[in-house]
Amino acid sequence: MKARAIPREPLFFQRSEIFGGDFVNAGKASSAVKAVLKEIGINPAVIRRVAIAAYEAEMNVVLYARKGIMDLRITPQHVRITVKDEGFGIPDIELAMQEGYSTASDEIREMGFGAGMGLPNIKKNADEFIITSVVGRGTTLEITVRL
Amino acid sequence: MMKLDVVRDILNCRVIAGDDRLDLEVRVACGADLMSDVLAFIKPRALLLTGLTNVQSVRTADVAEVVAIVYVRGKMPEKEAVDLAKEKEIAVLSTDLPMYEACGRLYTHGLAGGSELHEGASDPKGASLLSAV
Repeated sequence: MKARAIPREPLFFQRSEIFGGDFVNAGKASSAVKAVLKEIGINPAVIRRVAIAAYEAEMNVVLYARKGIMDLRITPQHVRITVKDEGFGIPDIELAMQEGYSTASDEIREMGFGAGMGLPNIKKNADEFIITSVVGRGTTLEITVRL
Repeated sequence: MMKLDVVRDILNCRVIAGDDRLDLEVRVACGADLMSDVLAFIKPRALLLTGLTNVQSVRTADVAEVVAIVYVRGKMPEKEAVDLAKEKEIAVLSTDLPMYEACGRLYTHGLAGGSELHEGASDPKGASLLSAV
């Protein structure tokens, strides 16, 4: 019996750009992700988890970074969102992952964000969550939800 | 469960968008001004009560599968928020009542809060298993 090759390339790939401080368009990249998942008929509960995690990650770029990209990859096994930003980075990831910890300004809080729930909420909605950050360069989040 | 036209009557709301959607039902309600908290705790097919009037209130509602938003304390949403709500088919209402009273009136009329839904409430992965059944 022949071993079946695992495809390396995703079945679907989409990239969106995100710009820091662009509150008018904040959320559009996540909306685009949600639209694709809906169109191909993914389970609504999975779509909701991916959309919430993607939106939290997108808002982090808008609120804290200069700019970033959001990549959506879909394979038969999972949906993966990768968000890579150019920004200040996170000095202490363990601290940033704690519910309620936030470095948000008053302005960000007036926008309805900065409660220190974003990263923990991404982790809660993901099956796998990898966060890496280099201070002064930026942060990359890899969010995987299994199908 | 509560129909939106009942919500409108209980809170004496103005309907800003979605007056053709008032026969829809919400399962549960959530009152919050912090969208971070909404994203972390709200259940699907909810009514969101908020005092945050910017476009992010609607983006958040869309992501969290909110059926309708009630803006409290007589606040009116920004134009971009209303336009996006129309595009995303989310009903938009406004009440003069403050948050506490608006939530209280709906609760006394039987609209449940999120913690009363027993479906893996704090674990979205648990909820996804249930809704797949």
